[in-house]
Amino acid sequence: MFETTPVQQPVQPPRQSLAGRAYLARAGVSLGALVLLVGVIAMAAAKGETHIPLGTVFQTIANHLWQAGYDVDPIDAGIIWNYRISRAMVAAACGASLALSGAVLQALLRNSLADPYLLGISAGASTGAVSVAILGFGAGMVSLSLGAFVGALVAFGFVALLAIPAGRGAGAIILAGVAGSQLFNALTSFIVTKAATADEARGVMFWLLGNLSGVRWPDVYLALPVAVIGLLVCLWYSRALDAFTFGVESAASLGVPVRRVYVVLIAIAASMTAVMVSIVGSIGFVGLVIPHAARFFVGTRHGFLLPASALIGAVFLVAADIVSRIILDGQVLPIGVITALIGAPAFAIILCHGRVLR
Amino acid sequence: MSLELRNVGWNAGFKKIISDVSLHVTRGEFLGVIGPNGSGKTSMMSVLGGIRAPSTGQALLGDQPMKKIGRRNLARHIGFVEQQADTIDRITVRDAVALGRTPYLSLLTPWSGHDDAIVCEALASVEMGPFADRMWHTLSGGEKQRVHIARALAQQPDFLLLDEPTNHLDIHHQLGLLELVRALPVTVVAALHDLNHAAMFCDRIAMMNGGKLIALGTPEQILTSQNLHDVFGVAADIEIDDQGRCHIRYHAGNQKSSAIKKTGLRNPVF
Repeated sequence: MFETTPVQQPVQPPRQSLAGRAYLARAGVSLGALVLLVGVIAMAAAKGETHIPLGTVFQTIANHLWQAGYDVDPIDAGIIWNYRISRAMVAAACGASLALSGAVLQALLRNSLADPYLLGISAGASTGAVSVAILGFGAGMVSLSLGAFVGALVAFGFVALLAIPAGRGAGAIILAGVAGSQLFNALTSFIVTKAATADEARGVMFWLLGNLSGVRWPDVYLALPVAVIGLLVCLWYSRALDAFTFGVESAASLGVPVRRVYVVLIAIAASMTAVMVSIVGSIGFVGLVIPHAARFFVGTRHGFLLPASALIGAVFLVAADIVSRIILDGQVLPIGVITALIGAPAFAIILCHGRVLR
Repeated sequence: MSLELRNVGWNAGFKKIISDVSLHVTRGEFLGVIGPNGSGKTSMMSVLGGIRAPSTGQALLGDQPMKKIGRRNLARHIGFVEQQADTIDRITVRDAVALGRTPYLSLLTPWSGHDDAIVCEALASVEMGPFADRMWHTLSGGEKQRVHIARALAQQPDFLLLDEPTNHLDIHHQLGLLELVRALPVTVVAALHDLNHAAMFCDRIAMMNGGKLIALGTPEQILTSQNLHDVFGVAADIEIDDQGRCHIRYHAGNQKSSAIKKTGLRNPVF
C-alpha cells in the first residue's frame, strides 16, 4: 500500500465530508419531489371531466386505507379510487421506471442519447400489440398487453443476440438496438398497412403513443412492484454505475465486475420497460430527457441521480396525464403527445438555465 | 506482494495479440514498457492490470492467479490509468478521484472521513490539491492525466500501471508527470512512447515487438543502436553520460548509423 506521501502543497479539506457534501440539499430535492408526487397524484384524482374537491380525495383515500369512515358520495369515491388513483399510480410507476431505465442505460452505454427504447423494446411491443389487435394472434385469449410484452421480449432478445457477436461493447449494443428497432417498426408498419382497417389503424396509433385510459388496480399491482424492485436493484449498483464515468475499462480497473453489471442492469431496464410499455404503450421522451433534467438538479452521482430520476419521472408523467385529460374538452389526448409537447420546452428551459448556472 | 506474467498470451477473437510473455515486476521499481505501435503494449498492460484475463498462461498477483483473487480485491492492489479516458459527465476533480475508493466501499462500509483523507492525500501527491473543486471539463490534458493518477492512487495500490501517460502532453508536462510518478512511493509499470523518457526514468525496460516480449533489462542493456534498428527501424546513436544514463540521438532517414557504438547487449538476458 502506498504510504502517506509528503504533502507538497496544502489541500483544502472538503467543505464537508464528501458523503455529506450538499447531501442535505440533494436529500431536500428528493424529499420535495416525494411530497410533489403525493400532491400531484391527489391532483390527478381531483381533476378530470367532473371536478372533485381535494378534501374529498383525501377523505376517500383515508376511507380506503384506514377505514376512516368519512361520508363521501359513493359515485365520487368510485371515480377517485377505481379510476383516477389507480391511473395516477400506474402513471407514476411508469414514469419512474422509464426515467430510471434511461438513467441506467445512459450511464452504462456512455451515451447521452440512450433511452429505454434503444433496446428495441418499444418497437417489439408495438409489433406484438398489432399482431394481437390486427392479425388476431392468440384468438382472443391473449390480451393486447400480453402480446406487447411478448413482442418486447422477443425484440430485446433479438437485439441482445445481435449485440453479443458484434463485440458486446456499448457501440455494438446501440447499433444492434437501432437495427432491431428498425426491423420491428417495419414489421409493425407492414402489418398495419396490409391488414388493418382505418379504425384499427387509428386505435393502434393511439395505443402506440401511450394510453392510460384502460388502467385499473390490477395494473397497479403489477406496475408498482416492478418499479420499486427495479429502483432497489439499480440503487444496489449505484456505485458501480458511478465507476463507469470514465468508461468500461476504467470501471473494470476500479474492481467493478463489468459483465455482470451489464447483464443485470440491462435485463432490469429491459424488463421494467417491457412491463410498462405493455400496460400503457410506448410513451416517449420520459426515458431520454428526465435523467438529464435530474442531473441538473442533483448532479451525476447515481446514489442521488437514480431516485431523483425516478421521482421526477413519476411526477412528470402523472402531471402529463392530468393535462392530457383536461386540455381538450371531452377528449383524451395520447399521453406521449403531451410528454413531448410539455417536456421539450420545459427541458429547453432547464438546459438554458443550467448553462447560466455554470 | 509480487506481480507476474507467466507465458501469457491474449487473443482478440481469433487474432493473437500477445503471446508467450513472461514478466516479473520487482517491488519498488519503475518498469518501462516500450515497443512500436501495435506491438502489444496496451494488451500486455491490461492483462498485467487484471482487466483482461489471459487467453493462455497465467497472470499472478502475490503468487495467486488473478482469476482467484477477484476483481474487487485486485483493484485494491493494482491501480490502472488507461491511455485516454474522458467523460462528458459534469463532475468535480474530487468526485473523479473519489471513484478510486470504489473497491473499498459497500453498503456496510459506506463513505467516511477516512476516504476523504485518502482522496485529499492522493490529490496532494499529484500536486492537484488546489484543483479539488474544479470541474473536470475545465482541466487541461496534463491536469486530467494527473487526476487520473490521483484516482488510481486513491485505490492505495501496490502497483501503479500507466498506459502511455504522457500522450498528448507538451514536453514540460511530459517530464513533470514522469518525475512526479517516479517520486511516488509505489511500484510503477508504464508503457512509454518516448525512448529518451524511458532511458531517463526507468530502472528496467521491457521491449515488445510483434506481440512478444523480446528483451528485458536496464536501459543501457536495452537501448542499443542495434535494438532500436531491429525493433523500431530507426538509426540512432546512444550516448552514455557521466551518471551512466543513456541518451538517444536519432538520425534522419531510415538507415543504420555508421557509428554504432557497441555498448549494449543485443538481446540482454531476462
